Amino acid sequence: MSYDALRHAADSWGLLCLTILFLFAVWRALRPSARADQEAASLIPLDDEGPRA
Amino acid sequence: MTLLVAKVGACLIAAFLAIFWALMAADSAFAIQMGIVAAAALIAAWAMARTADYRAMSGLAPPAGPGTGYDDNLIRFGVIATMFWGLAGFLAGLYIALQLAFPALNLGLEYTTFGRLRPLHTSAVIFAFGGNALIATSFWVVQRTCRARLAFPSLARFVFWGYQLFIVLAATGYLLGITEGKEYAEPEWYVDIWLTIVWVSYLAVYLGTIVRRREPHIYVANWFYLGFILTVAMLHLVNNLSLPVSIFGSKSYAAFAGVQDALTQWWYGHNAVGFFLTAGFLGMMYYFVPKQAEKPVYSYRLSIVHFWSLIFLYIWAGPHHLQYTALPDWAQTLGMVFSIMLWMPSWGGMINGLMTLSGAWDKIRTDPIIRMMVLALAFYGMSTFEGPMMSIKTVNALSHYTDWTIGHVHSGALGWNGMITFACVYFMVPRLWGRSRLYSQRMVNWHFWLATLGIVLYASAMWVAGIMQGLMWREYGADGYLVYAFSDVVAAMKPYYLIRATGGGLYLLGALIMAWNMFQTIRGKLRDEAPMSDAPYDPALDKPLQPVAAA
Repeated sequence: MSYDALRHAADSWGLLCLTILFLFAVWRALRPSARADQEAASLIPLDDEGPRA
Repeated sequence: MTLLVAKVGACLIAAFLAIFWALMAADSAFAIQMGIVAAAALIAAWAMARTADYRAMSGLAPPAGPGTGYDDNLIRFGVIATMFWGLAGFLAGLYIALQLAFPALNLGLEYTTFGRLRPLHTSAVIFAFGGNALIATSFWVVQRTCRARLAFPSLARFVFWGYQLFIVLAATGYLLGITEGKEYAEPEWYVDIWLTIVWVSYLAVYLGTIVRRREPHIYVANWFYLGFILTVAMLHLVNNLSLPVSIFGSKSYAAFAGVQDALTQWWYGHNAVGFFLTAGFLGMMYYFVPKQAEKPVYSYRLSIVHFWSLIFLYIWAGPHHLQYTALPDWAQTLGMVFSIMLWMPSWGGMINGLMTLSGAWDKIRTDPIIRMMVLALAFYGMSTFEGPMMSIKTVNALSHYTDWTIGHVHSGALGWNGMITFACVYFMVPRLWGRSRLYSQRMVNWHFWLATLGIVLYASAMWVAGIMQGLMWREYGADGYLVYAFSDVVAAMKPYYLIRATGGGLYLLGALIMAWNMFQTIRGKLRDEAPMSDAPYDPALDKPLQPVAAA
């Protein structure tokens, strides 16, 4: 792949794919249905005495 | 028994090969390095033979089980190694700071020149102090947040001791003059290969523990640690692609040339900051700050957004190290724009950490460990504000190549990485050795103030020095000639170099107090001292009001 082809792939489809991937990751974090899981996860460090059987 | 013989035998073969390599060496520095490898392999063989449980092997005793607790023995070594390398790195930093003010301290020896001691300082603090802190805390955090013991315990031991060998090889190599000439990636090809093996093993131990987890969710601190381990592996492999001149010699040449090499190097260099010194240490922050504050993180969803934004943005910011160079202009602008966008996740993360204390702000007054964490977060915010600002081309035109950059790096390293590491070590030490508390809370307080004052002196001296230096370099007279010779600028820097060295000295002094405090805690001593905070009481005033006598 030439430098020129790589550069144009990066600033068109590459950029679009990464942007969509990023927006998807942020949406996964912000969607309301994730809230319960997140609240449970946030308590993990406060509830960690000894390995769980 | 067979396994033990195989392990010890492998070490002995490795030692034999290293001696062979030393005898065949093309340069004497390489021979010394291979001698160190041989010595390390022999020590490993001796240690494994000595600590093996022969009674269990010969059937005289039942084999010792893995126990019911977490696998913390390695973390004890890790905490001590963190402290040891921290002191070594801070001392080297103080020494080279004094060399800048008093060149006679170069001692006229090639081994003690600034050029060789400087990578020793940077690698000692970043990779030895920071790296050991990351390995130790990551093993602590991954076990506890996964509610599972460390996977592959023997491999984990190899990771820890192999990493120490990497540090010793890198440090002695710098003194002997072995370098790839790439900042923060100075070690030569054979040390790079060794680090790759160690790092892949680290990834295996970490991922293995996550796979064995008893907790359905992977806590966000592990995301940061895993991002750090994976990205550092990728950066290390690409930036160190090189061809050795001889497999018996220390010299190699990079696979890239010219501006491609420069861009690869700063893609590596900046992401070493972004993933080693930021993502990894944020893993510490997201576990230890909630732990010490006894409150969950302010917003878990913000921590997830923090993670993804950091990962997606940081990787593009490297070109800002090459503003106004042969790098294509679009790439320079790209680096600048992504750096500025990093303001958002960085400040989001800082606010997330600080707001975890919401409702418990009094702990800043009463708990010196929380105070260190808050200062660390404040410096995380300040240095991640300053960095993007310095990447703006017009600012960079003034700041680049000046000591402002050095000041910026140290506000991040001393303020953010140093303080959060100290706080985490203070948190872990009493728990690792089963003590009821630290030897002294008040010594933590002294450490806090000495370190803070040291950072303030350091950063402010370097701001003034750097901006002065930049302005003097670019000062043109009416006739179009530069007003100042380079030597004029050097002479003007001297007072600031002295202030900087004073700041570094205070920071080292704080770390020495920490080492004493840690040593006494491990010995099981408790210092008899007044608590950090108590409600005021005056027995002289503790009585009913007397009726006022009639006049």
